[in-house]
Amino acid sequence: MGRRKKMVERVEALMGNPEMIRNIGIVAHIDHGKTTLSDNLLAGAGMISTELAGRQLFMDSDEEEQERGITIDSANVSMVHEYDGKSYLINLIDTPGHVDFGGDVTRAMRAVDGAVVVIDAVEGTMPQTETVLRQALKEHVRPVLFINKVDRLINELQVDAQEMQIRLGKLIDHVNKLIKGMNEERYNAGWRVDAANGTVAFGSALYNWAISVPMMQKTGISFGDVFNYCRDEDMKILGEKCPLHEAVNDMVIRYLPSPIDAQEGRVSAIWHGDKSSDIGKSMVSADPNGDLAFMVTDISMDPHAGEVATGRLFSGSLSRGMEVYVSGVSNTNRVQQVGVFMGPERLEVNGIPAGNIAAVTGLRDAIVGSTVTTLEDMLPFESIKHASEPVVTVAVEAKHMKDLPKLVEVLRQVAKEDPTLKITLDEETGEHLMAGMGELHLEVIAHRIERDKGVEISTTPPIVVYRETIRGTAGPVEGKSPNRHNRFYVVVEPLEESIIELIRNGDISMRMPELERREKLIAAGLHKDEAKKIVNINETNAYFDMTKGIQYLNETMELILEGFTEVMKGGPLSKEPCMGVKVKLMDAKLHEDAVHRGPAQVIPASRQSIQAAMLMADDTLMEPYQKVFIQVPQDHMGGAAKEIQGRRGVILDMTSEGDTTIIESKAPVSELFGFAGDVRSATEGRAMWSTEFAGFEPLPANLIKEVVSNIRERKGLKADLPQASDFMSL
Amino acid sequence: MLYFVGLGLFDETDISLKGLRTIQNADKVYVEFYTSNLLGTDIEKMEELYQKKIHVLTREDVEQHPDWLHEAKDKDVVFLTGGDTMVSTTHVDLRLRAIDLGINTALIHGASIASAICGLSGLQNYRFGKSATVPHPYTSSRGKTIISETPYDTIKMNMENGLHTAVFLDIDKDRGFMTVNRALELLLEMESRRSEGVMENCLAVGIARAGSENPTVRADFALSLIDVDLGAPLHILVIPASLHFIEAEALVKLADAPKEILHLTEA
Repeated sequence: MGRRKKMVERVEALMGNPEMIRNIGIVAHIDHGKTTLSDNLLAGAGMISTELAGRQLFMDSDEEEQERGITIDSANVSMVHEYDGKSYLINLIDTPGHVDFGGDVTRAMRAVDGAVVVIDAVEGTMPQTETVLRQALKEHVRPVLFINKVDRLINELQVDAQEMQIRLGKLIDHVNKLIKGMNEERYNAGWRVDAANGTVAFGSALYNWAISVPMMQKTGISFGDVFNYCRDEDMKILGEKCPLHEAVNDMVIRYLPSPIDAQEGRVSAIWHGDKSSDIGKSMVSADPNGDLAFMVTDISMDPHAGEVATGRLFSGSLSRGMEVYVSGVSNTNRVQQVGVFMGPERLEVNGIPAGNIAAVTGLRDAIVGSTVTTLEDMLPFESIKHASEPVVTVAVEAKHMKDLPKLVEVLRQVAKEDPTLKITLDEETGEHLMAGMGELHLEVIAHRIERDKGVEISTTPPIVVYRETIRGTAGPVEGKSPNRHNRFYVVVEPLEESIIELIRNGDISMRMPELERREKLIAAGLHKDEAKKIVNINETNAYFDMTKGIQYLNETMELILEGFTEVMKGGPLSKEPCMGVKVKLMDAKLHEDAVHRGPAQVIPASRQSIQAAMLMADDTLMEPYQKVFIQVPQDHMGGAAKEIQGRRGVILDMTSEGDTTIIESKAPVSELFGFAGDVRSATEGRAMWSTEFAGFEPLPANLIKEVVSNIRERKGLKADLPQASDFMSL
Repeated sequence: MLYFVGLGLFDETDISLKGLRTIQNADKVYVEFYTSNLLGTDIEKMEELYQKKIHVLTREDVEQHPDWLHEAKDKDVVFLTGGDTMVSTTHVDLRLRAIDLGINTALIHGASIASAICGLSGLQNYRFGKSATVPHPYTSSRGKTIISETPYDTIKMNMENGLHTAVFLDIDKDRGFMTVNRALELLLEMESRRSEGVMENCLAVGIARAGSENPTVRADFALSLIDVDLGAPLHILVIPASLHFIEAEALVKLADAPKEILHLTEA
């Protein structure tokens, strides 16, 4: 504990000096060695013993993570590293690699300024490497590269020194191609990775060594030496001469930006307020004396202190007893403890200044994505977009009736901890529904509810969450209020693909200045008459008010949009969420007295006009797909491929590496339930596989009727397919 | 045949003799209480006096599924409402639907709040402009609260034309009867948002339990009236514009208005 305490003192001493801080995340494809790398860095900083590094999985604070050997939650740690005779503070966030948990990567990128991208030297860049790299660039987080498991090239693939150089060179080229393709502007601004200038390191996290060009100069160890040590299996010596933490931390400190250098770019990417305002200036310069601007990126439960909100402090300083505003909530919260994370432990400090990653208790209204500030009217940070969407649902029930109140509370907690999880109460059946990104994701959560929260539960078999969309155009369709004194006329059509893309990437929101949004919409191909008329975005659906000068429409719009929101949450065909629907209000007739156009009148009229119009516009279902990557010995390739093909799946690519085959495929989520067991028996357990969300595709026509009827029956709707006339009043 | 019968203002005895006879001769009697309500009585007392079973209709029965209308094709059906039968604008829709179904209709009027406010306050009927309703604020599921500014606009427009405004107060089955105090609070809130000087110096007349034996009528400046307890519902509010001197005198004598308003008159 003495060592730990001393570390906290050093961390605290450096916190106030942003020049000496680096906030970084480590991102990678699953199993490329991210957690092993993190542990190495911690060992180097004296937080755990060197012998344990690579074995302890210190960052995997969850018992289940250690069991499964994968990281599920992001964990945080602050540590001190000496570089060039000076002490630096590195705040590190570890992120999960399994894409069923991809939501955490997005959130972690919000908190950091730089990312160490880890790639397996043998496997190269994998699809999830691309996903996480794209996330980093989008959040204006600068990457450096660590190529891991280099020893495998020599000892498993038996390449010679020259071939090894060529392979590494190709890998680096490929990463640069990705960076250029994802964000050419940043690439040209010097964000390419380059071994010669020191932004690439390679080594073996398992054997605790790494080398980079600056490290070679520092230690006098040449590339040839590295090759020889590896070949002779003398990596222990290499670990002593070129310790991994030194190579990687040196690279982080030298090439990743301090908060002072980073915040201008980062703030531009995630905040659309006026940068010349006081709070804007204070965030750009990480001013510890400015107003508070704290972005919550994680909520976890502490058995003693309650909810802990972790996030990035962009401006001001956090200390106990402060009264702060949480975006979207009108009353204030009082800050209780402020602290930093040391792996699973949270250690309290007196205060935390701008530029750091902080852990705070007392923010009872905060959720992931909240902006916490001392200004009552600060424009919040952009909300955090997740690359994956919840596509699988299970109903959760307490095994013992007496646990029901506890279950409700526990579900609220897990949803707060994991924002990619959606908990809803089915009003009709009284069931608690839990929607997540895949079967595995939900299994892990269910397990956690039982183990950590002590509530025994049973879950139903998983159900696919479909999306409703339209393929045609309809309207103007009339919606009448129940008292028939108000009428709404709407047109529906498929929302332009390019606009959906903008929404999905978080490039436009209703929060950004109108002009900026309009310009982006026009640039994406939307007609300028429509671009200035957008009044709401709901998931990937949008509402446009095309009317002109209708009296009272202003104070009625919120009710109209409430009707829109209801339909987008559950479409007319099957009450599944909608995607890609564009609704245009063409005309409205309103009663002049407010009481005759209240919620009971306008909401149903707005809702029914959209429901009827969608059914006239070729309403249909989209089903979620997953990409499935399978690594399998050649002998078992046939069995694995068959498992995909038998599930309406498509094999996209197949590559061989030695006697291993890598199958890249995609299949509908509905067909993938039970895949784990089936592929295991088909390959005698020799297949390694992972999945990634691959978007939605139209449900084949011959399946629509059956699927819709099943959904309707399950939801207690009448099984017959609905007609537009069902939603039109006389 | 479908008869629309107005019940008048307060209790079962406010109905006209013609209305009573129509009920007694009817095959079926319906009533709705969501647009207005007779607070001095209840269904049992009405049934006892009218000697007829009365069926209560919900808003949904009247607006969305008025299937009961069909009974009027070959029977005499009475539809009862508080006040006068067509003052609540939404009922004309019912009459139009009936006509479309080939049903004959007739109106039998009752006393209306629209005329009662003139009587009780002494404000002159021909000096009223457009009326408005103050609805309960509504918080949407998207978390936004809407306070309709239409009544504020209406009062402003009337005042510019020298006309009084009758301000009806929302009756909501969940949120209850709106009081004069709450309505003034909302109007003053709009004023602080808009700062167009409509409410800050204006007079207001609060009327409670019109049609009963003990109605309350109080006139004062809006900023003072907001603190006056008018007692049990129903309430209605009038925002007078400039006053005729007889109106001013009446407000002092009938509504306990401060005497200084006698000097504010014109014309």
